[in-house]
Amino acid sequence: MIVADRKPLDEILGSIEPYQKIALMGCGGCVTICFSGGTKAVELLASQIRMARQMAGNPIEIIECTPERQCEFEFIDTFKDQLSSVGAVLSIACGVGVQTMNEHFADAITIPGLNTKFMGYPVEHALWQERCAGCGDCVLHWTGGLCPVARCAKRLFNGPCGGSSGGRCEVDKEVDCVWQLIHDRLEKFDKLENLEIVRPAKDWRPSTNAGQRKVKFEEAML
Amino acid sequence: MKSGSRLERVLSAGHFAVTAELGPPQSADAENIRKKAQHCLGKVDGANVTDNQTAIVRMSSIAAGAIALSCGVEPVVQMVCRDRNRIAMQSDILGAAALGIKNILCLSGDHQRFGNHPQAAGVYDLDSMQLIDMVRRMRDDKTFLCGDPIKTCEPRLFIGAAANPFADPLSFRVTRLAKKIAAGADFIQTQCIFDVDRFEHYMRMVVDRGLHEKVYIMAGLTPVRSERALQYMKDEVPGMFVPDALIARMAAVEVKEAKKEEGIKICLEMIERIKNIEGVRGIHLMPIGWESITPVILERAGLLPRPEVPASA
Repeated sequence: MIVADRKPLDEILGSIEPYQKIALMGCGGCVTICFSGGTKAVELLASQIRMARQMAGNPIEIIECTPERQCEFEFIDTFKDQLSSVGAVLSIACGVGVQTMNEHFADAITIPGLNTKFMGYPVEHALWQERCAGCGDCVLHWTGGLCPVARCAKRLFNGPCGGSSGGRCEVDKEVDCVWQLIHDRLEKFDKLENLEIVRPAKDWRPSTNAGQRKVKFEEAML
Repeated sequence: MKSGSRLERVLSAGHFAVTAELGPPQSADAENIRKKAQHCLGKVDGANVTDNQTAIVRMSSIAAGAIALSCGVEPVVQMVCRDRNRIAMQSDILGAAALGIKNILCLSGDHQRFGNHPQAAGVYDLDSMQLIDMVRRMRDDKTFLCGDPIKTCEPRLFIGAAANPFADPLSFRVTRLAKKIAAGADFIQTQCIFDVDRFEHYMRMVVDRGLHEKVYIMAGLTPVRSERALQYMKDEVPGMFVPDALIARMAAVEVKEAKKEEGIKICLEMIERIKNIEGVRGIHLMPIGWESITPVILERAGLLPRPEVPASA
């Protein structure tokens, strides 16, 4: 899932300052699961904004809406009529949602209320950790299913580095050294030979280094 | 000869080699390098010029290396993967070789988080293993990493790598060394050794795999002046192993000057033991902030004068 975190309230208030009427749009997908952008988050943020603006003597009207997913036209179209009356939309979806809105409802400006962080999962209740960097050329088949691109601070392919200590990463002692985990997992499956090979320089083209990426699924094209 | 560097000639002639660290300044002060080079002149077979160590901005290791060279000190230019992609690195490798630099030490680099620009993007296009492999290809295959030929004047560099015998997982450390050799490392400089017993154990595993015959291993040593420095390294530097007995030995000495002498003695005792460990071909001194002690230690360890080795044709 995509994990996102709410921006500080002051920053949000600053970015919607010129508007007297906005739509506050959440998303029923990933950000609902990570508590930052679902129906409840919309309600909470809307009341915080109303209160702050009331106190500042500059009241604001807020339309609250939460499509099933903010990143697909058919879901956001449901709110087309309501959106026609606002000057701005404050989105608490991920960056994809914000851009879907800006491109699909080009007449209103959609402003982000969240900082989109990473792709990951909840390792425990209310704690998410990054797991995938979307590098476009998955290596998990030889790393015991654990990703050095997303989880090694130096993106090593021939780790662990000399700073791995007691199973922890030198960059953040709260974080497991993924190369220690990779080592232990390959050992468990008797595949330590995977670490004996010198892994060559990665081709970063499938990653974010060759401009905007796209995926086409020919069979399903209309 | 792969590079014809002094370090390569000393090692290949079977002499016990000596290198020391030379940290560039946080300024454009060339005189600073020249002064530090004087501590090394005629005393070491190579001076490691660090590349923005601890991720703090300093004069470029290649520029500082060229200044050291102009003072008659042969540099071992360090290159880290943190700040440059493969294009910039290859360009700098060509530039270094063109300036007469003949030794390179390939490192991942201290993470930017520890330095004075924690906001910086870490590049890490390559890791240290891939950097070693790239320099070897440029020298031996006369190709760039992409496969394009280097039509003339390929960089003739003696390729070094680091090894930490004390980091986790311990069982993997010798494998990682073997990988660095397979990638193209000609010599190895180890992390600072404070526990010679542990290092001996590591070297036995290295010798059992015959790796000591494929690469020149130089043991890293850091002379210290206080127990505080030892405690700091024990607590704060990941992958560093400092025995409590050593800290206690320093702490037992009360007078500041006597502590310095004790630090020198500890280093000399270590050199004596390390010289007799099978597979060790030299030492690498890293006197952090105490460069002036390098010649003193080498003199007292009987490692001076340095051997004469004929320049290669």
